[in-house]
Amino acid sequence: MNWVAWQMLTGDRAKYWGTIFGIAFGTLLISQQTALFVGLMRRTASQIEGVREATIWVMDPEVQNTDEIRPLSDTDVYRVRGVEGVSWAVRHYKGLARARVADGRFRQVMLMGLDETTMIGAPVEMLLGSLADLARPDGIIVDRSGFEYLWPGLEPQLGLELEMNDRRAVVVGVCRAGAPFQTFPLVFTRYARALEYAPPERNRLSFVLARAAAGRDTAAVCQEISTRTGLLALSRDEFFWRTIQYYLRSTGIPVNFGITIALGFIVGTAIAGQTFYLFTLENLRQFGALKAMGLSNLRLVMMILLQAGVVGSVGFGLGMGVTAGFFEATKNVPHLTGFYLPWQVALGTAGAVALIVVLASLVSVRRVLVLEPAIVFRGA
Amino acid sequence: MITTLSEQPDAVANAAGIAVRCDRVVKEFGEGENRLRVLHEVDVEVPAGELSLLVGPSGCGKTTLISIIAGLLDPTAGDVTLFGTPRSTLSERELIAYRAANIGFVFQQYNLLPALTATANVAIPLLIGRVDRKTAFARARELLAQVGLSDKFNTFPAQLSGGQQQRVAIARALVHEPRLLVCDEPTAALDAQSGQTVLELLCRVAVQPDRAVIVVTHDNRIFGYGDRIMEMADGRIQAVHQRDTTSPSGDAPDGPHAQDADPFGADPHSVLA
Repeated sequence: MNWVAWQMLTGDRAKYWGTIFGIAFGTLLISQQTALFVGLMRRTASQIEGVREATIWVMDPEVQNTDEIRPLSDTDVYRVRGVEGVSWAVRHYKGLARARVADGRFRQVMLMGLDETTMIGAPVEMLLGSLADLARPDGIIVDRSGFEYLWPGLEPQLGLELEMNDRRAVVVGVCRAGAPFQTFPLVFTRYARALEYAPPERNRLSFVLARAAAGRDTAAVCQEISTRTGLLALSRDEFFWRTIQYYLRSTGIPVNFGITIALGFIVGTAIAGQTFYLFTLENLRQFGALKAMGLSNLRLVMMILLQAGVVGSVGFGLGMGVTAGFFEATKNVPHLTGFYLPWQVALGTAGAVALIVVLASLVSVRRVLVLEPAIVFRGA
Repeated sequence: MITTLSEQPDAVANAAGIAVRCDRVVKEFGEGENRLRVLHEVDVEVPAGELSLLVGPSGCGKTTLISIIAGLLDPTAGDVTLFGTPRSTLSERELIAYRAANIGFVFQQYNLLPALTATANVAIPLLIGRVDRKTAFARARELLAQVGLSDKFNTFPAQLSGGQQQRVAIARALVHEPRLLVCDEPTAALDAQSGQTVLELLCRVAVQPDRAVIVVTHDNRIFGYGDRIMEMADGRIQAVHQRDTTSPSGDAPDGPHAQDADPFGADPHSVLA
């Protein structure tokens, strides 16, 4: 009878595609908005993800996220190095600076000052130039999206100049790096030079990046650093989630995205459920006839679930295809850097769609289950 | 000619094997003060090898009785025996299986699946019985040929006339060779010519020595096709009229018993009022 179920489903093309559209629409909204939300949240912590070598971030205890920093004293790096269990510890600067390009335009940039000798926190993927060129006078490395912001329309190239805090900077490299939450160009340079570009302050050390010695538990070392120095030491994961949770708590982003995702779920369920239910209603006499002819409730339910499964699968495939197409088409758009379709989102959306399909078919299943086969002996 | 069984008690005994026997069947709907008794201890027997008509005015209980006989409704009291098997001895699952194997249905509204071709519609009872699709379709085409629709194998119901749809429904009802064929107002939605064609078809194809055919109708145009007419009123069988098969007119080939089409006299509704 699966073949009969399939024929019944596809026999009415309008309803078949109507149900699929409902599910595809729900899938698109849920997956695309969830992926954007996840991407946006990752962007808030992308600078933490970008520093792969360090497993411990040390900061002022009041720091809630990577963008609001209370600077440390320059000597704090030595205090951290003195804690037992710390393999190494280096300075790291992160702050905002105003950059002016040759034609007089301004742009706020996110300045990253790297440890002079180890270059901990440097970008991993260089598109032009090399990391070693940071040793050249006034050398900076700009991320690919930032280059587009600073010099719109220009192909990435080296040798371009800009000015920060009345000091000259020369592009010696272009890299690919995780985009920040806001659309600021990322500018990497050496720690000492970053301090020259940054606005003057008494303390300017943003973070101490460290790593636990081999065989030492990172969490225990973090605890030891906090105890000994009075600073806040977090593992990379802890700081990653602390930053994301700050944005979840302090902005309307999750609510807005949540509403859109919920709407996707509700609209998808409503469209699919209503169309599917109408389809069942219109075939109720036929279902009754099948029951009268000896088709058991179990097989009828299996027929309906098969129909629901088919429209669910096709709808999910179409919706997910559009979502994937969106991220594929926009992967090189600078202000959408960092947005992609994680497999976890695809899997979660599949679960949501499965729920939509179950909800949409439940009413139909119930209607068919309580259907008296004797209905077929009544006139129209 | 038609005689009344109540006047000839031996007629039943003389008939072929009893296919359906209703023993004091009662059916009530509703609860408490709203309880409504639709069937009042109905006793009736339907022999195999005949086309039996169940006639009566609207609301007299015909549909309820046929639903109980076909196993679609449970009687409140009494029992129905189908080919020697008391319904009360069957579980719900066994009853469904019994229905699938032994009962064919022809409905007033045809109830063909609009998305399926004529062949696929006819094959449904076999598919329900888990016969493979290729075999089921081959058998369905045989039946369609028998009902004169050889050129409509791949036609959808919407492309068929009412009479043709009812012929497809008859083929569907017979494809699994049921022992009991239940027809609910098979001509009600058809014009006179189509109705006559359908009844002739039923007489020619459906009536077999080992099969009983029950037709519920209030269409007096088809009374002449029945071997037996069971007359219902107010939830009771009022009379059973048996055709005298020894009569020379009994097997008239072109519209069986045409000259007896009005067994109740000049006004067929006179006894149904």
